Amino acid sequence: MSSIKIRTKRLQGNTQIRTLITHPMENGRNKDEQDKLIPAHHIQQLWVEHNKMKVISCNMAGSISKNPYFDFLLIGGDIGDTITISWIDNLGNTDSKDHLIN
Amino acid sequence: MIKSRRDFLSNLISLGAYSLTIASGILYSPITHAKWLKKSFTLSQYDETIAYLFKGEKLIDNHNKIQISRLPRVAENGAVVPIKISSHFDKITKIYILVEKNPHPLSAEFFISPAVKAEVSARLKMAKTSNVIIIVEADGKFYRKVKKVKVSIGGCGG
Repeated sequence: MSSIKIRTKRLQGNTQIRTLITHPMENGRNKDEQDKLIPAHHIQQLWVEHNKMKVISCNMAGSISKNPYFDFLLIGGDIGDTITISWIDNLGNTDSKDHLIN
Repeated sequence: MIKSRRDFLSNLISLGAYSLTIASGILYSPITHAKWLKKSFTLSQYDETIAYLFKGEKLIDNHNKIQISRLPRVAENGAVVPIKISSHFDKITKIYILVEKNPHPLSAEFFISPAVKAEVSARLKMAKTSNVIIIVEADGKFYRKVKKVKVSIGGCGG
């Protein structure tokens, strides 16, 4: 099961890309029930590609909410185009997902 | 004049290195070279972060070409504070989101290519009542907009 959900919507010639990523986004300052610090675990970089061309790159810290949500507006974009979203976190985990504009 | 085999070889190498630099210059784009820099995300003072990120560049305040929406005036829960930023400058390359009173003020930086509109939404965590600062880089200039958010329950742990 991919951690990334992508929805696209055509809006007056442009394409709205919405994404929701399942990720704990721990900033390293929260404590668990035993009062121990939970180590930092958060996404560091996120990329959005349109037909394999990088259009947005985002660097982030643990101060982005848990299960981060983003939306972007792509100029143009046609039915059948591929949107790829990938991320990497501070522990080196990555994930990537393709989505066809419908 | 090339005198020796050694000279010839060293010339060849420097020529190769030179053309490589030119090629990388052409291919250079801020998006593909956007690195996650630890320092900018771990500085703990707002002023320090600004000084580190913008190296003394002038920040033009309160430009009406930056719109902040969805950001509540009073956030019930600091763990999820929605924000939407849109801007109408030409040649926007970067958008920064900072939360002044968070333990590490820089939240996110977006590198934007001309293929997308400068319109992004995200959800932030806020430790306490603070200013949210948006900085847009367009055509080498920096524009800043500040909005205050009151937070009832902080969302940054501790």
